[in-house]
Amino acid sequence: MGMASAPALNSTVSGERLLLAASGSWTATYAGQLESLVDNQAAAAAKLHGMSIDMTGVREFDTFGAWLLERLVRAWKGNERSVEITGLPEHYRGLLDEVHQANRGDTDARRTSAGILRWLNGIGRSFEGALRGTLPFVNMFGAVGEALVRVVARPKNFRITSAVHHLDRVGWQAVPIILLITFLIGCIIAQQGFFHFRQFGADIYVVDMVGILVLREIGVLIVAIMVAGRSGSSYTAELGSMKMREEVDALRTMGFDPIEVLVLPRILALLIALPILAFLGSMAALFGGGLVAFLYGGMAPEIYIERLREAISITHFEVGLIKAPFMALVIGFVACTEGLRVQGSAESLGLKTTSSVVKSIFMVIVLDGLFAIFFASIGM
Amino acid sequence: MPEAIIKVRDLVVGFGDHNVLKGLSLDVHRGEILGLVGGSGSGKSVLLRTIIGLLPRRAGSIEALGTRLDTASDAQRRGVERHWGVLFQNGALFSSLTVRQNVQFPMREYLKLSERLMDEVAIAKLEMVGLTARDADKFPSELSGGMTKRVALARALALDPEIVFLDEPTSGLDPISAGDFDLLIRTLQQTLGLSVFMVTHDLESLHTVCDRIAALADGVVVAEGTMDMMMMSEHPWVKSYFRGKRASMIAQAPRPTAM
Repeated sequence: MGMASAPALNSTVSGERLLLAASGSWTATYAGQLESLVDNQAAAAAKLHGMSIDMTGVREFDTFGAWLLERLVRAWKGNERSVEITGLPEHYRGLLDEVHQANRGDTDARRTSAGILRWLNGIGRSFEGALRGTLPFVNMFGAVGEALVRVVARPKNFRITSAVHHLDRVGWQAVPIILLITFLIGCIIAQQGFFHFRQFGADIYVVDMVGILVLREIGVLIVAIMVAGRSGSSYTAELGSMKMREEVDALRTMGFDPIEVLVLPRILALLIALPILAFLGSMAALFGGGLVAFLYGGMAPEIYIERLREAISITHFEVGLIKAPFMALVIGFVACTEGLRVQGSAESLGLKTTSSVVKSIFMVIVLDGLFAIFFASIGM
Repeated sequence: MPEAIIKVRDLVVGFGDHNVLKGLSLDVHRGEILGLVGGSGSGKSVLLRTIIGLLPRRAGSIEALGTRLDTASDAQRRGVERHWGVLFQNGALFSSLTVRQNVQFPMREYLKLSERLMDEVAIAKLEMVGLTARDADKFPSELSGGMTKRVALARALALDPEIVFLDEPTSGLDPISAGDFDLLIRTLQQTLGLSVFMVTHDLESLHTVCDRIAALADGVVVAEGTMDMMMMSEHPWVKSYFRGKRASMIAQAPRPTAM
């Protein structure tokens, strides 16, 4: 290390031969400089018929230096000119022989395809990917259905412990944050209602709006979105890392169906947890609305409750809660499918988790819209 | 006396109230392959990870390439780190980068090179470890265990280091691939003039490639020297390791002449 010094390549012409005297350190540290030196000589004088490289002055020599020397030699030999290398210390010979074999294979075609073709190729591939992307869901739907039939036929096979564990995580442990957020949403809706309705003296209708909006739409939608972000993402990440570490394959080889062992308890836990959370969330939102009505709108709690009783019926409540299990299914299916599609890399785990959350929130909102049309047309 | 490229003196490393290494001293000489053996949990990997700076030490000193690592500034440390390469037990390839990008990663970090030169050198390194240019655009998840080790070795050699640390290079490989890998390490060590510090369990590796062996037990080096010296040691662990049933089976087989 102590003898490192910048490399040099001095050239003289003798007759029809180019004489090069190399010196300094031909190492990784100086590889950048060295490359331009070598490339200058490689391009030099087309009239010359041969080249001698004297390596006596070279202090240090590593793979980078060896490769650049080899590159120079190849450039000259390519034009049917002779090259000789002298003065290279014997213990560096092996390295030069080694790089002499290098980079002789076919270069990969992937890099050389033209820009426009690659662009078209990319469009085709992503379109194909989007089409193929729906297949795993259909597949998962069938697999879960099949596992469900098997479990119903032999209930002993059902992993009750696992389902309870997941119910605790996605249900019980989610209660505080769900309550807090829906409470705040209820407060905000009521505050906005009072602020704008007051101009028309329609204060009392704020209660109608809060009641119907919360019970029919907002309660279940907010909770479903929260659950998709909170539990859906963790399902995907868990299953994905199990897939990466071959735990899923291990299960399969031991004769267990991963769908039955891993997916079914998770989906079932969501199926139970989401309606309960939606109910709790709706109550918290109504409470928040009432609190704002009292503090901000100056409406006595008795009046709020009385008005609520007149404005909403059990139908509104049903419309909200019927949607909850379907949303739970969508979230569970998307999360588990994406989890099991994770490939080997850490990047793919992140990608699938993101797509799990984005897709399930999108699907939840689409589903909500379809239900709105459905309920409107049957007059609920 | 050969020049010591790594000097470890009175090293103490521990976790909680338990010391794993208790005043260990060890030299790695320039241009040799040193094999470190020891039972499971004896602290082999701890020693390796302490030398490369992944674990803190409690006492003692470590010197590499003439620099005291414990008192060195960050810049000095980086200067030394640039001259060593590490092969982790499971490869530790970056899973989101291709093989080519993995090998080029240290070059990009430390050297200012043209894309062309980086490509060419990366392919040359891959070919040196027995892979081809066609493997360059694969992702680590598409590689077999043996290929992963080879790519990891190519990455460890990316900057033409003077020292290479190998953590159980042959673990998880079948005997034939392990033998090939041993041979590869020996060949590369000779062409590139490397000094190799190798943690291993593999008796055959010890026989085939190691110039010197250090045996670790009770937190210190209990025996150090050539294979023949190991065979003569009277330390109970060394005795049972090198003269146990498995060992004698391998020793009876004719010794391959890789050198």
